[in-house]
Amino acid sequence: MSWDWQVFFQDTGGGQTYFRWMMSAWGWTLLVSACSLVVALTVGSLMGILRTTPVKAFVWIGNAWTELFRNVPLLVQIFLWYHVIPSIWKTLQGVPDFVAVVIALGFFTSARIAEQVKAGIQALPKGQRYAGLAMGLTLPQTYRYVILPMAFRIVIPPLTSESMNIIKNSSVAFAVSISELTFFAMQAQEETSRGVEIYLAVTGLYFVSAFAVNRVAAFIEKRVQVPGILGSKR
Amino acid sequence: MNLTFAFLDWNVVSSFILKGFIFSVQLTLFAMVGGIALGTAIALMRLSGKKWLVLPAAFYVNTLRSIPLVMVILWFFLLIPLLIGRPLGAELSAIITFTVFEAAYYSEIMRAGIQSVPHGQVSAGYAVGMTYAQCMKLIVLPQAFRNMLPVLLTQTIILFQDTSLVYAVGAYDLLKGFEVAGKNFNRPVEMYLLAAITYFVICFSLSMLVRQLQKRIAIIR
Repeated sequence: MSWDWQVFFQDTGGGQTYFRWMMSAWGWTLLVSACSLVVALTVGSLMGILRTTPVKAFVWIGNAWTELFRNVPLLVQIFLWYHVIPSIWKTLQGVPDFVAVVIALGFFTSARIAEQVKAGIQALPKGQRYAGLAMGLTLPQTYRYVILPMAFRIVIPPLTSESMNIIKNSSVAFAVSISELTFFAMQAQEETSRGVEIYLAVTGLYFVSAFAVNRVAAFIEKRVQVPGILGSKR
Repeated sequence: MNLTFAFLDWNVVSSFILKGFIFSVQLTLFAMVGGIALGTAIALMRLSGKKWLVLPAAFYVNTLRSIPLVMVILWFFLLIPLLIGRPLGAELSAIITFTVFEAAYYSEIMRAGIQSVPHGQVSAGYAVGMTYAQCMKLIVLPQAFRNMLPVLLTQTIILFQDTSLVYAVGAYDLLKGFEVAGKNFNRPVEMYLLAAITYFVICFSLSMLVRQLQKRIAIIR
């Protein structure tokens, strides 16, 4: 077979080239990933913290959350937010597809982040918590000033790989016709029959995105390093 | 809206859902066995220390791990017919895809497991005159397998969840079974809900089992 990269300059029929469409699809992939990451980090940190508190009810909630969102496939969760939830609560029917996907991907990833955050907190010596409480700090203060600043530094590497996973997992949004990269790949392949060129380009963009996240995370990790501990070189 | 499951009887389950369930399980088992076999070979290549074996193995693993599974499924569905010259069904294509894809993930688990066996044991094996293959087969792999069994099983649960992504090429898996049944009886919402519950029950019980196993192995060690 022969290459035909000209395909990217063909008109899609809607007044734009396939190249322009692919770039906007890339934008959607990044937007879905970024929004989901914000949801996942917020909810995941909260649930992870709850699981390490001495309050039994909180631990139960955190555990239940993690098990629930970890044991249902992402695609099924997207269908839940897209088809099931709006038809049970009518008020949610006007919610855009984009929001459904962000919630689904965000909550799915939050279960995994909760797991990492919990592990990070438990990796700290217990003495730090007791020292904080013994100094007269309240439990929230102990978390805020003693435990979390260290725990979050510990979990940066696993959170980096979760952020890269979120970009990969955002591809599942094709199932509810969000115009992101995978959806573009499927549509453009069908319309142009130049599947190999299109898939190569899309795969390349996924590579670039994941690599960029990796570099940004490495930069953050370096910036927040505490001199003398946790593998710092200074 | 009121949910009704009145239409649901054994007939519906056996004619729509069971077929999909069987395929999902088949796909999981094939990909697990094939993926672990291929993954072990790749892990051994990466640990061999010979550049011409390490580089291709590292390339294989890193490439597959940085592409979304859906894209891998689409790639194989596109490429296999180009290579063999005739279309291959979505189901067979999915089995090949998942075996190849999961091998990359299993190989990383195997590599960690093999590296968890102290190097002195390999040296001891060499010292008593064993070859590399004998060392691996008799000393390292049996211990490594035991160390990583829980992780391998957890990965298999993830694999079972990921089989739902064959949706992208229209293969008839468990999720598709629910979807088709939902369309036929005009009750998609109930069916999606039921799909979520089914996946949850299966994956949650399996992960509980893995946790039990982990405890038992930990005590023996």
